[in-house]
Amino acid sequence: MKEQGAGGLAGAFRKTLALFRTVLPILAGMLLLLNLLNPLLASRYAEWFTGHYLHDTLIGAVAGSISFGIPITSYIVGGELLGKGVSLLAVTAFLLAWTTVGVAMLPLEAAFLGKRFALIRNALNFFFAIALAALTVATLGVLQ
Amino acid sequence: MKEPGPQQGKGKRISGSYRFLLTVLVLYAVVGCLRPELALTALTGFAGMLFKVLPILAVVFVFLLGINLLGPERIRKQLGRESGGKGWLIAAVAGIFISGPPYLLYPLLGELRKQGVRDAFLGVILYNRNVKIPFVPVMIYYFGIAYTLILSTYILLFAFLNGKILEVLLARRR
Repeated sequence: MKEQGAGGLAGAFRKTLALFRTVLPILAGMLLLLNLLNPLLASRYAEWFTGHYLHDTLIGAVAGSISFGIPITSYIVGGELLGKGVSLLAVTAFLLAWTTVGVAMLPLEAAFLGKRFALIRNALNFFFAIALAALTVATLGVLQ
Repeated sequence: MKEPGPQQGKGKRISGSYRFLLTVLVLYAVVGCLRPELALTALTGFAGMLFKVLPILAVVFVFLLGINLLGPERIRKQLGRESGGKGWLIAAVAGIFISGPPYLLYPLLGELRKQGVRDAFLGVILYNRNVKIPFVPVMIYYFGIAYTLILSTYILLFAFLNGKILEVLLARRR
């Protein structure tokens, strides 16, 4: 058993190293791409919203899907959007899509989890973002 | 033109991951010619991000090593088809507590998938990343307690439905 364990460790180490050789170039490429695209998106969110309740929800979900960053950034941007008069429904769709849909991350997700997995999961989460946003705002409306 | 890279040796073609990196580098070269200040800002941002990511990468390496050491049988038992309710619970809790950017999570989840973890559980883990306990106070500050509680509860509940639908759709297309 001891011999098997030692062999197992060496094998696991080699396997992990091999995986990392695939991960690192994609990771470096993704980070380079995000740093190039993010400044172009960041300052323009408020310009995208039209004031139309339903259109804005869709725009919120799309904006969240193509954005990237830690969730806390989406709260700050969402708070600013609310302050500029964007509806809570649109902002909620934006927040949900920000963390659950990752258009920028699609190549990476597809590389490790499969193209079909990545496409279906992101499409499903896009619809969930809109549905959950509607449900959250409706529930809040009933309770308040 | 000879393309550099570790995949070049022994007559091997350059792998998809290195091709992707090369494409991005070419894009940077083009942007650098047209708008050098934008390329420089992006490169500075990249260096800062990379510096932050490196320690997390070490943790991911250890986790991946752990997954490969455990082997498919043990992992399938906890998070495979036969895991039942326990698997759903582990996935839900893991989604909440696993922190770090998605680009570091995908290799880990990809490895788990190879070892036999259900697609539904991967869906739940990825969905529950929405609920981040350290960020809850910030969400409350911007949107209020009632909103935060309602949204977080819905995310946790709908993560299971999301995982199940994902699995059904993936199975149907196979």
